[in-house]
Amino acid sequence: MTPKPRLLAVLDTVCIVLFLIAVGLVFFYAPLERSMGQVQRVFYFHVATAWVGMLGFMVAAGVGVVYLRTNHSLWDIVGLAAIEISLVFFFVAIVTGSIWARPAWNTWWTWDTRLTTAAIVELIYAAYWMLRQGIEDAEKRARFGAVYAILACISVPITFASIRLLRTIHPVVVGGGDPNAEGGFSMTPAMRVTFFYSLIVFSILFVDMLWHRIRLGQLAEKVEQLKLKLSA
Amino acid sequence: MKTSPPPINLLRRTFQATVAIIWKDLAAEMRSREMLSAMLVFSLLVILIFNFALELDIKARQTVTSGILWATFAFAGTLGLNRSMAIEKDRGCMDGLLLAPVDRSAIYFGKAIGNLVFMLVVEAIVLPVYSVLYNINLFHPGLLAVILLGSLGYVVVGTLLSAMAVQTRTRDVLLPILLFPVVLPVLISAVKASQGFLLAAEWTEIAPWFNLLLVYDVIFTAAAFMIFDYVVEE
Repeated sequence: MTPKPRLLAVLDTVCIVLFLIAVGLVFFYAPLERSMGQVQRVFYFHVATAWVGMLGFMVAAGVGVVYLRTNHSLWDIVGLAAIEISLVFFFVAIVTGSIWARPAWNTWWTWDTRLTTAAIVELIYAAYWMLRQGIEDAEKRARFGAVYAILACISVPITFASIRLLRTIHPVVVGGGDPNAEGGFSMTPAMRVTFFYSLIVFSILFVDMLWHRIRLGQLAEKVEQLKLKLSA
Repeated sequence: MKTSPPPINLLRRTFQATVAIIWKDLAAEMRSREMLSAMLVFSLLVILIFNFALELDIKARQTVTSGILWATFAFAGTLGLNRSMAIEKDRGCMDGLLLAPVDRSAIYFGKAIGNLVFMLVVEAIVLPVYSVLYNINLFHPGLLAVILLGSLGYVVVGTLLSAMAVQTRTRDVLLPILLFPVVLPVLISAVKASQGFLLAAEWTEIAPWFNLLLVYDVIFTAAAFMIFDYVVEE
Protein backbone atom coordinates (compact mmCIF):
# COMPACT_ATOMS: atom_id res chain seq x y z
CA MET A 1 0.00 0.00 0.00
CA THR A 2 1.25 3.44 -0.90
CA PRO A 3 1.76 5.68 2.13
CA LYS A 4 -0.15 8.94 2.39
CA PRO A 5 1.66 11.53 0.26
CA ARG A 6 3.55 14.22 2.17
CA LEU A 7 1.82 17.00 0.27
CA LEU A 8 -1.60 15.61 1.17
CA ALA A 9 -0.70 15.58 4.86
CA VAL A 10 0.39 19.21 4.59
CA LEU A 11 -2.81 20.09 2.76
CA ASP A 12 -4.86 18.44 5.54
CA THR A 13 -3.21 20.60 8.19
CA VAL A 14 -3.54 23.74 6.07
CA CYS A 15 -7.24 22.98 5.60
CA ILE A 16 -7.86 22.62 9.32
CA VAL A 17 -6.07 25.89 10.11
CA LEU A 18 -7.77 27.80 7.30
CA PHE A 19 -11.14 26.43 8.32
CA LEU A 20 -10.71 27.48 11.94
CA ILE A 21 -9.78 30.97 10.72
CA ALA A 22 -12.92 30.97 8.56
CA VAL A 23 -15.08 30.12 11.57
CA GLY A 24 -13.35 32.90 13.51
CA LEU A 25 -13.95 35.40 10.71
CA VAL A 26 -17.61 34.47 10.43
CA PHE A 27 -18.30 34.85 14.14
CA PHE A 28 -15.95 37.63 15.24
CA TYR A 29 -14.77 39.61 12.24
CA ALA A 30 -17.86 39.91 10.06
CA PRO A 31 -20.20 42.59 11.41
CA LEU A 32 -23.74 41.84 12.55
CA GLU A 33 -26.26 42.34 9.78
CA ARG A 34 -28.79 44.93 10.90
CA SER A 35 -32.17 43.50 9.88
CA MET A 36 -31.54 39.75 10.05
CA GLY A 37 -29.16 39.56 13.00
CA GLN A 38 -27.08 36.52 13.89
CA VAL A 39 -28.76 34.14 11.47
CA GLN A 40 -27.25 36.05 8.56
CA ARG A 41 -23.85 34.55 9.50
CA VAL A 42 -24.97 31.24 8.03
CA PHE A 43 -24.77 32.94 4.64
CA TYR A 44 -20.97 32.67 4.39
CA PHE A 45 -20.86 28.90 4.64
CA HIS A 46 -24.16 28.49 2.84
CA VAL A 47 -22.86 30.02 -0.37
CA ALA A 48 -19.48 28.31 0.02
CA THR A 49 -20.99 24.82 0.39
CA ALA A 50 -23.39 25.43 -2.50
CA TRP A 51 -20.43 26.55 -4.60
CA VAL A 52 -18.53 23.35 -3.80
CA GLY A 53 -21.67 21.36 -4.63
CA MET A 54 -21.89 22.91 -8.08
CA LEU A 55 -18.13 22.70 -8.57
CA GLY A 56 -18.12 18.94 -8.00
CA PHE A 57 -21.02 18.59 -10.39
CA MET A 58 -19.13 20.37 -13.16
CA VAL A 59 -15.90 18.51 -12.38
CA ALA A 60 -17.78 15.20 -12.69
CA ALA A 61 -19.19 16.16 -16.10
CA GLY A 62 -15.82 17.39 -17.38
CA VAL A 63 -14.07 14.29 -16.11
CA GLY A 64 -16.88 12.21 -17.65
CA VAL A 65 -16.01 13.57 -21.09
CA VAL A 66 -12.32 12.80 -20.49
CA TYR A 67 -13.19 9.28 -19.35
CA LEU A 68 -15.26 8.52 -22.45
CA ARG A 69 -12.38 9.69 -24.64
CA THR A 70 -9.51 7.98 -22.79
CA ASN A 71 -11.18 5.01 -21.06
CA HIS A 72 -8.78 5.37 -18.15
CA SER A 73 -10.28 4.22 -14.84
CA LEU A 74 -8.63 7.06 -12.89
CA TRP A 75 -11.06 9.56 -14.45
CA ASP A 76 -14.00 7.48 -13.32
CA ILE A 77 -12.66 7.45 -9.77
CA VAL A 78 -12.30 11.24 -9.89
CA GLY A 79 -15.85 11.64 -11.20
CA LEU A 80 -17.36 9.45 -8.49
CA ALA A 81 -15.28 11.19 -5.83
CA ALA A 82 -16.43 14.63 -6.97
CA ILE A 83 -20.09 13.64 -6.98
CA GLU A 84 -19.95 11.95 -3.59
CA ILE A 85 -18.38 14.98 -1.95
CA SER A 86 -20.73 17.37 -3.68
CA LEU A 87 -23.74 15.34 -2.63
CA VAL A 88 -22.84 16.00 1.01
CA PHE A 89 -21.86 19.64 0.53
CA PHE A 90 -24.98 20.42 -1.44
CA PHE A 91 -27.07 18.84 1.26
CA VAL A 92 -25.33 21.03 3.84
CA ALA A 93 -26.10 24.05 1.62
CA ILE A 94 -29.78 23.13 1.54
CA VAL A 95 -29.92 22.64 5.31
CA THR A 96 -28.10 25.90 6.08
CA GLY A 97 -30.36 27.63 3.57
CA SER A 98 -33.41 26.32 5.41
CA ILE A 99 -32.02 27.55 8.72
CA TRP A 100 -31.67 31.00 7.22
CA ALA A 101 -35.00 30.91 5.38
CA ARG A 102 -37.03 30.20 8.51
CA PRO A 103 -36.51 33.67 10.04
CA ALA A 104 -35.90 35.52 6.74
CA TRP A 105 -38.78 34.19 4.65
CA ASN A 106 -40.80 32.73 7.52
CA THR A 107 -40.71 29.25 6.01
CA TRP A 108 -38.27 26.34 5.87
CA TRP A 109 -38.82 25.73 2.22
CA THR A 110 -40.33 27.47 -0.78
CA TRP A 111 -40.49 26.39 -4.44
CA ASP A 112 -38.17 29.11 -5.57
CA THR A 113 -35.79 28.77 -8.56
CA ARG A 114 -32.63 28.01 -6.66
CA LEU A 115 -34.27 25.85 -4.02
CA THR A 116 -36.07 23.77 -6.61
CA THR A 117 -32.95 23.44 -8.73
CA ALA A 118 -30.96 22.45 -5.65
CA ALA A 119 -33.51 19.75 -4.84
CA ILE A 120 -33.34 18.45 -8.40
CA VAL A 121 -29.55 18.42 -8.34
CA GLU A 122 -29.64 16.34 -5.16
CA LEU A 123 -32.06 13.93 -6.83
CA ILE A 124 -29.76 13.67 -9.83
CA TYR A 125 -26.81 12.86 -7.56
CA ALA A 126 -28.95 10.19 -5.91
CA ALA A 127 -29.96 8.78 -9.31
CA TYR A 128 -26.30 8.71 -10.35
CA TRP A 129 -25.45 6.78 -7.23
CA MET A 130 -28.30 4.30 -7.75
CA LEU A 131 -27.29 3.80 -11.36
CA ARG A 132 -23.78 2.85 -10.27
CA GLN A 133 -25.11 0.53 -7.58
CA GLY A 134 -27.02 -1.46 -10.18
CA ILE A 135 -24.08 -2.33 -12.43
CA GLU A 136 -21.55 -5.03 -11.57
CA ASP A 137 -19.17 -4.68 -14.50
CA ALA A 138 -16.65 -1.98 -13.49
CA GLU A 139 -16.01 -0.75 -17.01
CA LYS A 140 -19.71 -0.41 -17.81
CA ARG A 141 -20.36 1.26 -14.46
CA ALA A 142 -17.74 3.87 -15.27
CA ARG A 143 -19.07 4.44 -18.78
CA PHE A 144 -22.68 4.86 -17.69
CA GLY A 145 -21.69 7.09 -14.80
CA ALA A 146 -19.83 9.38 -17.19
CA VAL A 147 -22.76 9.48 -19.61
CA TYR A 148 -25.23 10.34 -16.87
CA ALA A 149 -22.98 13.01 -15.36
CA ILE A 150 -22.71 14.70 -18.77
CA LEU A 151 -26.46 14.55 -19.45
CA ALA A 152 -27.24 15.91 -15.99
CA CYS A 153 -24.80 18.77 -16.38
CA ILE A 154 -26.46 19.82 -19.64
CA SER A 155 -29.92 19.54 -18.17
CA VAL A 156 -29.47 21.42 -14.89
CA PRO A 157 -28.86 24.90 -16.43
CA ILE A 158 -31.96 24.44 -18.59
CA THR A 159 -33.94 23.43 -15.53
CA PHE A 160 -32.66 26.52 -13.76
CA ALA A 161 -33.68 28.71 -16.71
CA SER A 162 -37.12 27.14 -16.88
CA ILE A 163 -37.86 27.63 -13.22
CA ARG A 164 -36.42 31.14 -13.40
CA LEU A 165 -39.15 31.97 -15.89
CA LEU A 166 -41.44 31.51 -12.94
CA ARG A 167 -41.11 34.08 -10.17
CA THR A 168 -38.16 33.99 -7.77
CA ILE A 169 -37.66 35.42 -4.29
CA HIS A 170 -34.14 34.16 -3.59
CA PRO A 171 -31.78 37.11 -3.01
CA VAL A 172 -28.89 37.54 -5.43
CA VAL A 173 -26.20 38.92 -3.15
CA VAL A 174 -23.27 38.82 -5.55
CA GLY A 175 -23.75 40.73 -8.79
CA GLY A 176 -27.46 41.36 -8.87
CA GLY A 177 -30.03 43.69 -7.40
CA ASP A 178 -33.53 42.37 -7.87
CA PRO A 179 -35.77 44.60 -5.74
CA ASN A 180 -38.34 41.79 -5.40
CA ALA A 181 -35.86 39.50 -3.63
CA GLU A 182 -36.65 39.15 0.06
CA GLY A 183 -33.83 39.05 2.57
CA GLY A 184 -31.26 40.63 0.30
CA PHE A 185 -28.56 42.89 1.74
CA SER A 186 -25.46 44.68 0.60
CA MET A 187 -22.16 43.50 2.00
CA THR A 188 -19.78 45.70 3.96
CA PRO A 189 -16.04 45.27 3.15
CA ALA A 190 -15.56 43.05 6.22
CA MET A 191 -18.44 40.87 5.12
CA ARG A 192 -17.00 40.65 1.64
CA VAL A 193 -13.62 39.54 3.02
CA THR A 194 -15.28 36.83 5.11
CA PHE A 195 -17.42 35.76 2.19
CA PHE A 196 -14.64 35.35 -0.35
CA TYR A 197 -12.36 33.84 2.26
CA SER A 198 -15.00 31.17 2.97
CA LEU A 199 -15.36 30.47 -0.73
CA ILE A 200 -11.62 29.92 -1.07
CA VAL A 201 -11.37 27.78 2.07
CA PHE A 202 -14.20 25.55 0.93
CA SER A 203 -12.63 25.20 -2.50
CA ILE A 204 -9.37 24.08 -0.90
CA LEU A 205 -11.31 21.76 1.37
CA PHE A 206 -12.95 20.31 -1.73
CA VAL A 207 -9.58 19.65 -3.34
CA ASP A 208 -8.31 18.02 -0.15
CA MET A 209 -11.33 15.74 0.20
CA LEU A 210 -11.27 14.95 -3.49
CA TRP A 211 -7.68 13.84 -3.16
CA HIS A 212 -8.52 11.60 -0.19
CA ARG A 213 -11.51 10.14 -2.01
CA ILE A 214 -9.49 9.47 -5.15
CA ARG A 215 -6.89 7.59 -3.08
CA LEU A 216 -9.68 5.59 -1.48
CA GLY A 217 -11.10 4.82 -4.93
CA GLN A 218 -7.73 3.64 -6.19
CA LEU A 219 -7.28 1.42 -3.14
CA ALA A 220 -10.76 -0.02 -3.62
CA GLU A 221 -9.90 -0.78 -7.22
CA LYS A 222 -6.73 -2.55 -6.10
CA VAL A 223 -8.67 -4.63 -3.56
CA GLU A 224 -11.12 -5.56 -6.29
CA GLN A 225 -8.30 -6.76 -8.51
CA LEU A 226 -6.69 -8.75 -5.69
CA LYS A 227 -10.03 -10.42 -4.95
CA LEU A 228 -10.37 -11.40 -8.59
CA LYS A 229 -6.86 -12.81 -8.56
CA LEU A 230 -7.62 -14.84 -5.43
CA SER A 231 -10.84 -16.32 -6.77
CA ALA A 232 -9.27 -17.15 -10.14
CA MET B 1 -6.55 -0.13 -51.58
CA LYS B 2 -10.07 0.10 -50.20
CA THR B 3 -11.90 3.33 -50.80
CA SER B 4 -14.45 4.53 -48.30
CA PRO B 5 -17.93 5.06 -49.72
CA PRO B 6 -18.84 8.64 -50.60
CA PRO B 7 -20.56 10.45 -47.69
CA ILE B 8 -23.88 10.79 -49.47
CA ASN B 9 -24.05 7.03 -49.79
CA LEU B 10 -23.31 6.61 -46.11
CA LEU B 11 -26.08 9.00 -45.21
CA ARG B 12 -28.51 7.09 -47.35
CA ARG B 13 -27.52 3.79 -45.79
CA THR B 14 -27.96 5.20 -42.31
CA PHE B 15 -31.35 6.56 -43.28
CA GLN B 16 -32.42 3.21 -44.70
CA ALA B 17 -31.25 1.41 -41.56
CA THR B 18 -33.18 3.87 -39.39
CA VAL B 19 -36.35 3.31 -41.38
CA ALA B 20 -35.83 -0.46 -41.18
CA ILE B 21 -35.57 -0.34 -37.39
CA ILE B 22 -38.68 1.82 -37.08
CA TRP B 23 -40.49 -0.56 -39.39
CA LYS B 24 -39.36 -3.58 -37.34
CA ASP B 25 -40.67 -2.00 -34.11
CA LEU B 26 -43.98 -1.02 -35.66
CA ALA B 27 -44.49 -4.44 -37.25
CA ALA B 28 -43.69 -6.26 -34.01
CA GLU B 29 -46.09 -4.02 -32.11
CA MET B 30 -48.83 -4.41 -34.72
CA ARG B 31 -48.68 -8.17 -34.17
CA SER B 32 -48.46 -8.32 -30.39
CA ARG B 33 -50.02 -4.96 -29.35
CA GLU B 34 -48.46 -5.56 -25.92
CA MET B 35 -46.90 -2.18 -25.42
CA LEU B 36 -49.60 0.09 -26.81
CA SER B 37 -52.40 -1.64 -24.94
CA ALA B 38 -50.45 -1.50 -21.68
CA MET B 39 -49.61 2.18 -22.14
CA LEU B 40 -53.16 3.03 -23.06
CA VAL B 41 -54.88 1.24 -20.19
CA PHE B 42 -52.29 2.64 -17.80
CA SER B 43 -52.90 6.20 -19.07
CA LEU B 44 -56.63 5.89 -18.55
CA LEU B 45 -56.04 4.52 -15.05
CA VAL B 46 -53.78 7.46 -14.21
CA ILE B 47 -56.47 9.88 -15.34
CA LEU B 48 -58.98 7.96 -13.24
CA ILE B 49 -56.73 8.28 -10.19
CA PHE B 50 -56.32 12.01 -10.77
CA ASN B 51 -60.07 12.29 -11.09
CA PHE B 52 -60.52 11.05 -7.52
CA ALA B 53 -57.35 12.53 -6.09
CA LEU B 54 -58.06 16.07 -7.27
CA GLU B 55 -61.88 16.32 -7.35
CA LEU B 56 -61.95 17.60 -10.91
CA ASP B 57 -64.84 20.03 -10.79
CA ILE B 58 -65.32 22.58 -13.56
CA LYS B 59 -63.16 25.24 -11.97
CA ALA B 60 -60.25 22.93 -11.19
CA ARG B 61 -60.35 21.42 -14.66
CA GLN B 62 -59.44 24.68 -16.33
CA THR B 63 -56.17 25.03 -14.50
CA VAL B 64 -54.98 21.48 -13.89
CA THR B 65 -55.79 19.80 -17.22
CA SER B 66 -52.35 20.41 -18.74
CA GLY B 67 -50.66 19.12 -15.59
CA ILE B 68 -52.75 15.93 -15.55
CA LEU B 69 -52.12 15.31 -19.23
CA TRP B 70 -48.37 15.65 -18.90
CA ALA B 71 -48.15 13.57 -15.74
CA THR B 72 -50.11 10.88 -17.57
CA PHE B 73 -47.87 11.04 -20.64
CA ALA B 74 -44.71 10.97 -18.51
CA PHE B 75 -45.82 7.89 -16.54
CA ALA B 76 -47.13 6.02 -19.58
CA GLY B 77 -43.98 7.01 -21.44
CA THR B 78 -41.67 5.22 -19.01
CA LEU B 79 -43.77 2.09 -19.44
CA GLY B 80 -43.29 2.19 -23.19
CA LEU B 81 -39.60 3.08 -23.07
CA ASN B 82 -38.84 0.25 -20.67
CA ARG B 83 -40.76 -2.26 -22.71
CA SER B 84 -39.24 -1.21 -26.00
CA MET B 85 -35.68 -1.66 -24.72
CA ALA B 86 -36.42 -4.80 -22.68
CA ILE B 87 -37.61 -6.57 -25.83
CA GLU B 88 -34.32 -5.80 -27.55
CA LYS B 89 -32.28 -6.94 -24.59
CA ASP B 90 -34.17 -10.10 -23.59
CA ARG B 91 -34.24 -11.81 -26.93
CA GLY B 92 -30.72 -10.80 -27.88
CA CYS B 93 -32.04 -8.41 -30.54
CA MET B 94 -29.72 -5.66 -29.38
CA ASP B 95 -26.65 -7.79 -30.08
CA GLY B 96 -27.99 -8.50 -33.54
CA LEU B 97 -28.56 -4.81 -34.19
CA LEU B 98 -25.08 -3.96 -32.93
CA LEU B 99 -23.54 -6.58 -35.23
CA ALA B 100 -25.26 -5.09 -38.27
CA PRO B 101 -22.83 -3.07 -40.37
CA VAL B 102 -24.67 0.23 -39.92
CA ASP B 103 -23.92 3.40 -38.03
CA ARG B 104 -24.90 3.19 -34.35
CA SER B 105 -26.83 6.44 -34.66
CA ALA B 106 -29.23 4.61 -37.00
CA ILE B 107 -30.10 2.28 -34.11
CA TYR B 108 -30.60 5.23 -31.78
CA PHE B 109 -32.77 7.24 -34.15
CA GLY B 110 -34.71 4.14 -35.16
CA LYS B 111 -35.55 3.31 -31.55
CA ALA B 112 -36.23 6.94 -30.63
CA ILE B 113 -38.59 7.56 -33.57
CA GLY B 114 -40.33 4.25 -32.89
CA ASN B 115 -40.86 5.27 -29.27
CA LEU B 116 -42.09 8.68 -30.39
CA VAL B 117 -44.67 7.06 -32.66
CA PHE B 118 -45.95 4.89 -29.79
CA MET B 119 -46.19 7.86 -27.50
CA LEU B 120 -48.04 9.93 -30.11
CA VAL B 121 -50.49 7.09 -30.73
CA VAL B 122 -51.24 6.88 -27.02
CA GLU B 123 -51.65 10.65 -26.84
CA ALA B 124 -53.89 10.64 -29.90
CA ILE B 125 -56.24 8.29 -28.06
CA VAL B 126 -55.97 9.82 -24.60
CA LEU B 127 -56.71 13.38 -25.79
CA PRO B 128 -60.15 12.72 -27.30
CA VAL B 129 -61.10 10.46 -24.38
CA TYR B 130 -60.12 13.21 -21.95
CA SER B 131 -62.06 15.77 -23.99
CA VAL B 132 -65.17 13.65 -23.86
CA LEU B 133 -64.86 12.74 -20.18
CA TYR B 134 -64.30 16.30 -19.00
CA ASN B 135 -66.02 18.25 -21.74
CA ILE B 136 -62.96 20.31 -22.60
CA ASN B 137 -61.93 21.08 -26.15
CA LEU B 138 -58.30 19.97 -26.49
CA PHE B 139 -57.99 20.31 -30.26
CA HIS B 140 -55.99 23.46 -30.46
CA PRO B 141 -53.18 23.43 -33.07
CA GLY B 142 -50.82 25.14 -30.61
CA LEU B 143 -51.49 22.49 -27.97
CA LEU B 144 -50.87 19.73 -30.48
CA ALA B 145 -47.54 21.35 -31.42
CA VAL B 146 -46.55 21.52 -27.76
CA ILE B 147 -47.46 17.85 -27.31
CA LEU B 148 -45.34 16.93 -30.33
CA LEU B 149 -42.32 18.92 -29.12
CA GLY B 150 -42.69 17.76 -25.52
CA SER B 151 -42.96 14.11 -26.51
CA LEU B 152 -39.95 14.51 -28.76
CA GLY B 153 -37.80 15.90 -25.93
CA TYR B 154 -39.05 13.22 -23.56
CA VAL B 155 -38.34 10.38 -25.98
CA VAL B 156 -34.95 11.66 -27.08
CA VAL B 157 -33.58 11.48 -23.53
CA GLY B 158 -35.76 8.54 -22.54
CA THR B 159 -34.48 6.26 -25.30
CA LEU B 160 -30.88 6.94 -24.32
CA LEU B 161 -31.49 6.38 -20.60
CA SER B 162 -33.66 3.31 -21.13
CA ALA B 163 -30.80 1.75 -23.11
CA MET B 164 -28.71 2.30 -19.99
CA ALA B 165 -31.32 1.27 -17.43
CA VAL B 166 -32.05 -2.03 -19.19
CA GLN B 167 -28.43 -3.09 -18.70
CA THR B 168 -28.49 -2.62 -14.92
CA ARG B 169 -29.56 -4.99 -12.17
CA THR B 170 -32.60 -2.97 -11.11
CA ARG B 171 -33.72 -2.45 -14.75
CA ASP B 172 -37.20 -0.95 -15.14
CA VAL B 173 -37.27 0.46 -11.63
CA LEU B 174 -34.32 2.64 -12.46
CA LEU B 175 -35.61 4.37 -15.59
CA PRO B 176 -38.01 6.87 -14.01
CA ILE B 177 -35.42 7.70 -11.35
CA LEU B 178 -32.82 8.47 -14.01
CA LEU B 179 -35.20 10.08 -16.46
CA PHE B 180 -37.47 12.40 -14.48
CA PRO B 181 -34.87 14.77 -12.97
CA VAL B 182 -33.14 15.17 -16.34
CA VAL B 183 -36.32 15.61 -18.36
CA LEU B 184 -37.89 18.06 -15.91
CA PRO B 185 -37.37 21.15 -18.12
CA VAL B 186 -39.51 19.49 -20.80
CA LEU B 187 -42.28 18.78 -18.33
CA ILE B 188 -42.22 22.28 -16.82
CA SER B 189 -42.26 24.09 -20.14
CA ALA B 190 -44.73 21.68 -21.75
CA VAL B 191 -47.17 22.05 -18.84
CA LYS B 192 -46.84 25.83 -18.92
CA ALA B 193 -47.18 26.11 -22.70
CA SER B 194 -50.16 23.73 -22.79
CA GLN B 195 -51.83 25.65 -20.02
CA GLY B 196 -51.25 28.87 -21.95
CA PHE B 197 -52.96 27.47 -25.03
CA LEU B 198 -55.84 25.97 -23.03
CA LEU B 199 -56.53 29.26 -21.24
CA ALA B 200 -56.17 31.14 -24.55
CA ALA B 201 -53.28 33.25 -23.26
CA GLU B 202 -51.37 35.75 -25.39
CA TRP B 203 -48.58 34.35 -27.57
CA THR B 204 -46.04 36.57 -25.77
CA GLU B 205 -46.83 34.66 -22.57
CA ILE B 206 -46.48 31.25 -24.20
CA ALA B 207 -43.47 32.02 -26.41
CA PRO B 208 -40.72 31.64 -23.75
CA TRP B 209 -41.97 28.17 -22.78
CA PHE B 210 -42.35 27.17 -26.40
CA ASN B 211 -38.82 28.34 -27.20
CA LEU B 212 -37.44 26.52 -24.18
CA LEU B 213 -38.98 23.30 -25.47
CA LEU B 214 -37.37 23.84 -28.86
CA VAL B 215 -33.99 24.56 -27.28
CA TYR B 216 -34.19 21.45 -25.11
CA ASP B 217 -35.14 19.27 -28.07
CA VAL B 218 -32.26 20.53 -30.18
CA ILE B 219 -29.61 20.31 -27.45
CA PHE B 220 -30.59 16.86 -26.25
CA THR B 221 -31.04 15.37 -29.71
CA ALA B 222 -27.49 16.44 -30.45
CA ALA B 223 -26.15 15.23 -27.08
CA ALA B 224 -27.90 11.86 -27.25
CA PHE B 225 -26.72 11.38 -30.82
CA MET B 226 -23.13 11.90 -29.68
CA ILE B 227 -23.36 9.84 -26.49
CA PHE B 228 -25.40 6.83 -27.61
CA ASP B 229 -22.34 4.97 -28.97
CA TYR B 230 -20.91 4.75 -25.46
CA VAL B 231 -24.14 3.35 -24.03
CA VAL B 232 -24.42 0.32 -26.31
CA GLU B 233 -20.70 -0.40 -26.68
CA GLU B 234 -19.88 -3.95 -25.56
